[in-house]
Amino acid sequence: MNRLPIIFKRELSSYFATPLAYVFIVIFLIVSSIFTFNIGGFYETGQADLQVFFNFHPWLYLFFVPAIAMRLWSEELRSGTVELLLTLPIKLSEAVLGKFLAAWVFIGIALLLTLPLWITVNYLGDPDNGIIFTSYLGSWLMSGAFLAIGSCMSATTQNQVIAFILTISLCFVFIVTGFPMMLAVVSSWLPSSMVDLIASMSFLIHFNAISRGVLDFRDLLFFLIMMTGWLFATAIVIEKKKAG
Amino acid sequence: MIKLDQVSKQFDQFKAVDNLSFSVGAGEVLGFLGPNGAGKTTTMKMITGFLTPSSGSIELFGHSLPSDALQAKKMIGYLPEGAPAWGDMSVSGFLHFIADLRGYKGVEGEQRVNHVVEALELKQVFDRTIETLSKGFKRRVGLAQALIHDPQILILDEPTDGLDPNQKFKVRELIRNLSKDKVVIISTHILEEVDALCSRVIMIADGRLVCDASPAELEAQSDYHQAITVRFNHATDPQTKLAELSSVKHLESAEGRFTLQPQPGAAGVVDDIKQLAQRENWTIEELYIEKGRLDDVFRKLTA
Repeated sequence: MNRLPIIFKRELSSYFATPLAYVFIVIFLIVSSIFTFNIGGFYETGQADLQVFFNFHPWLYLFFVPAIAMRLWSEELRSGTVELLLTLPIKLSEAVLGKFLAAWVFIGIALLLTLPLWITVNYLGDPDNGIIFTSYLGSWLMSGAFLAIGSCMSATTQNQVIAFILTISLCFVFIVTGFPMMLAVVSSWLPSSMVDLIASMSFLIHFNAISRGVLDFRDLLFFLIMMTGWLFATAIVIEKKKAG
Repeated sequence: MIKLDQVSKQFDQFKAVDNLSFSVGAGEVLGFLGPNGAGKTTTMKMITGFLTPSSGSIELFGHSLPSDALQAKKMIGYLPEGAPAWGDMSVSGFLHFIADLRGYKGVEGEQRVNHVVEALELKQVFDRTIETLSKGFKRRVGLAQALIHDPQILILDEPTDGLDPNQKFKVRELIRNLSKDKVVIISTHILEEVDALCSRVIMIADGRLVCDASPAELEAQSDYHQAITVRFNHATDPQTKLAELSSVKHLESAEGRFTLQPQPGAAGVVDDIKQLAQRENWTIEELYIEKGRLDDVFRKLTA
């Protein structure tokens, strides 16, 4: 794994090689502000917390993370650089992980740039900073799980648009499985153990638990397992894809 | 030494490489020829460890693939088909990245990069992003990347494609100069390259080996091997008279020149022509003997 940092560095700096990264971050900040202030009614709730801000994160990520993830492997497959990359003396796992971590850190940077909001609530009132901290952590973990799905989808196709749509669709499924409405529908014809299983796969439920300030080991583990699983799948897909 | 033993590669229904065996030793420059779709690129991808053979074994200087792939990859410099590179990187950034991955840090990395930049004359584009470069420069960046660690094995998929004649000349000179103790495999369908570079030629068609010979041996298989092209001055009806020579198997004419393929084993065709010219009082304006035409052999073996 000693070559992972080299891959990571190249990938991360490639985000900032074009104005695209900056445009992305700006849009991310604008949209998250609109969600928080206009739609969420940050001031109207009259509470010194960031609950409304974090409530929208699953939906925010539903579009932003696939946009980041779509180029991870599709572009390499399309341009043939995957052949160059994988004939260099590195392991496939280093390439998969290096690319993923760079994208994840990039999302982390975008997330960190929302910190003025945290400062603002501290200025306006007396929020529970512990909850806000765990919410940030949970949000970043959730973005990682979305991203790992995106990494795998992007490895399945040379076409970034297809990768984008596949990722959105799959991420959407992982969000809505936690909706009471959805669970009510499936519970009418599935045994309750299956319903629980489906609900337990929902990003929404795990994220909501973390963002309420309950830092349960199982919720963290859920996102970590999701990431590991989908990254493992990414490696398998690339191995298959190489053969043509 | 590179050794392929009964290597096959199957893609779904299609057999790209079929039971291919050959070995290449240090100091050899192997020209890998074949029509498009013959399996050249697939074979190269297997040697570089990018693809795993469906059956058979590949060994590079004692490292067998895929079990020892990481060690093997360290010995290989590879220019993939089309010289892919990350377009958003600068030439400098790209070469430093490769040097980094090859394990050269700090001053040594700097030296390695400088060396290949000089060898491939990339100085003037050193800070440009790769996507803005011309095809020729892109190809040279790809070659620079493959040479940075002074590899024992060099595998180049169409290294001079897209280069102008001057650049082609330089790249060939570069490859010739470095190949003393290395194994070099070049895939190409530019046949002049074979003459200019290769010590040995392997030709494949439909994934199978059809020929393994030196360029000279290959030329000897041509119908034009030892063919004589001649042009006369003040000749009356040379066509018929040349065709009557017993040592001539086949006669072609174009733009006043006649190309004669000699009968197999026939000697003295040149003397016959000279005598004929003397008899008829023709003057010989030009006369030359061909080594053989590779494209002719290529067609014969692979069509």
